[in-house]
Amino acid sequence: MAIIHARGLGKSFRVADKMPGLGGTLRHFFARRLKDIPAVRDVSFTIESGEVVGFLGANGAGKTTTLKMLTGLIEPSAGEVEVAGFRPFRRQAAFLRTITLVMGQKQQLIWDLPPLDSLRVNAAVYGISEPEARRRIDELAEMLELGEELRRPVRKLSLGQRMKAELLASLLHRPSVLFLDEPTLGLDVNAQVRVREFLADYNRRTGATVLLTSHYMGDITALCQRVLLIHQGQLFYDGSLQELTQQLAPYREVCCDLGAVYPPEAFRGFGELESLAGHRVRLLVSRDQLTGTISRLLSTFPVLDLEVSDPPVEEIIGRLFREAAVA
Amino acid sequence: MSRTLRLARVLLSVQYAYMLEYRAEIALWALSGLLPLIMLALWSGAAAAADLSLSPAELTRYFLAAFVVRQFTVVWVIHIFEEDALQGRLSPYLLQPLHPFWRYLASHIAEQATRVPFVLAIVLAVWLLGAGASGWPPPSTWLLGLLVTHLAFLLRFLLQSVITMACFWSERAAALDRLLLIPYLFLSGLVAPLEAFPPGLRRLAAATPFPSMVDFPARLLSGGEVDLLGGLATMAAWIALLLPLYLLLWRAGLRRYAAMGA
Repeated sequence: MAIIHARGLGKSFRVADKMPGLGGTLRHFFARRLKDIPAVRDVSFTIESGEVVGFLGANGAGKTTTLKMLTGLIEPSAGEVEVAGFRPFRRQAAFLRTITLVMGQKQQLIWDLPPLDSLRVNAAVYGISEPEARRRIDELAEMLELGEELRRPVRKLSLGQRMKAELLASLLHRPSVLFLDEPTLGLDVNAQVRVREFLADYNRRTGATVLLTSHYMGDITALCQRVLLIHQGQLFYDGSLQELTQQLAPYREVCCDLGAVYPPEAFRGFGELESLAGHRVRLLVSRDQLTGTISRLLSTFPVLDLEVSDPPVEEIIGRLFREAAVA
Repeated sequence: MSRTLRLARVLLSVQYAYMLEYRAEIALWALSGLLPLIMLALWSGAAAAADLSLSPAELTRYFLAAFVVRQFTVVWVIHIFEEDALQGRLSPYLLQPLHPFWRYLASHIAEQATRVPFVLAIVLAVWLLGAGASGWPPPSTWLLGLLVTHLAFLLRFLLQSVITMACFWSERAAALDRLLLIPYLFLSGLVAPLEAFPPGLRRLAAATPFPSMVDFPARLLSGGEVDLLGGLATMAAWIALLLPLYLLLWRAGLRRYAAMGA
């Protein structure tokens, strides 16, 4: 059953249009010119209950604006949106109890107090009894590997500990729809892995629906089977991550360590040269020419080591965005 | 009901803990509100004081009471709201089933509680200096005066909350509050009891909510003659006007909210 419906969703922001320099400043002071900038245009999709969907796009593509419309923070300029049967912008209490929005670069915890104080406030705001709140805090703290950190002022916590405490605060009311905007932003690799594992576990345990934006492809590949790709405010892919990589990656990556250094021209006819750094060369080779190319590489160069793999997903998607930008 | 009480208790206790982190700053704020005591010193030594219909003791009591009223009616919601709206901190509040108004109100009440020891120390110091400290009204008048002081705070909080809604239309709405500071200072009774004003100016002041914010509660606290029912009715009328206006502007403003920085 679909829990999120977006139909023809659009949002424009009115911004000042000012020319640089003193003349522009004076003109802007006396006759302010404004223009409407479309941030999201005609976006439609549905998300089934319990799905974990990745929302990808370059900076300024419209991901966060879409999330703000889905959570009711801003009113759409066009189209319709429905989340768990509610119109988000009405911000009815029952709707707000159903959702949460975690923003990696923003915090809701009170900076100078321990997270437990913010958690007490959240429990009271959502009407969770004190014993029940303690039980939920213990359960989530265990899943997130948080202990005495909850009793230290937020400002004294590391970025990873703070993010985990933010997640705890955002999930205390057991929302069934999670909007996560860059939840692992700035975290080290270990902390990223722990947050991903926690989110996967939370989804398994509660059946919550998750819409996730991230710049880290690791988040997307670890958590999402389905992705939405947005570019310049428009949705241009909605489907499985696996299909996307197959469709867009008819190549394999061949990485060789060579016994000598060669100029880039030496690799002409061996696929697309991705990088050449000293003795190490990375080539993108078409899948149907893989065997032949490898035999020729082995016979032409003194190959010390050779590795064949799928190119990283971020490279595939980056290529897709670059192609879309050119088009 | 018990849920609401628990929410109020938790919000106030957490906000109080937060404000205690800034106790040194709050002590300085309390000291920076000495204007009524400075005005007392000025009026006490001025020849014009003879024109007032107040005795020196009444004048001292009035300004000391005005100092107390001023301390418990300080409102800064516009500054914090402007910052929250600009930096995106308003967004998490909007995503919870509690109107942000209550959070800001709780933080003001918690800040007032933090001020209490500093205010008491200053009042005691002035009291011990002795000038005009005799003839204070009975505790029942004090209690009523404190209650009215809190109503005055609510009125000032509502007035500034209404102006705060300009933050949805302008990025520098706090400037509007600075604009209101001058009429507030002169027409509220902070620089002189309104009784000292010429009749025309007194009528002008009476047409604004400012006398309800200082003059009325200060005169009540200091044991002066007041029209209690008339004063309370004026406060109630202003609150009845400002509250729906605030709610109307809040709804209109939210439609313009761009959740910047979030």
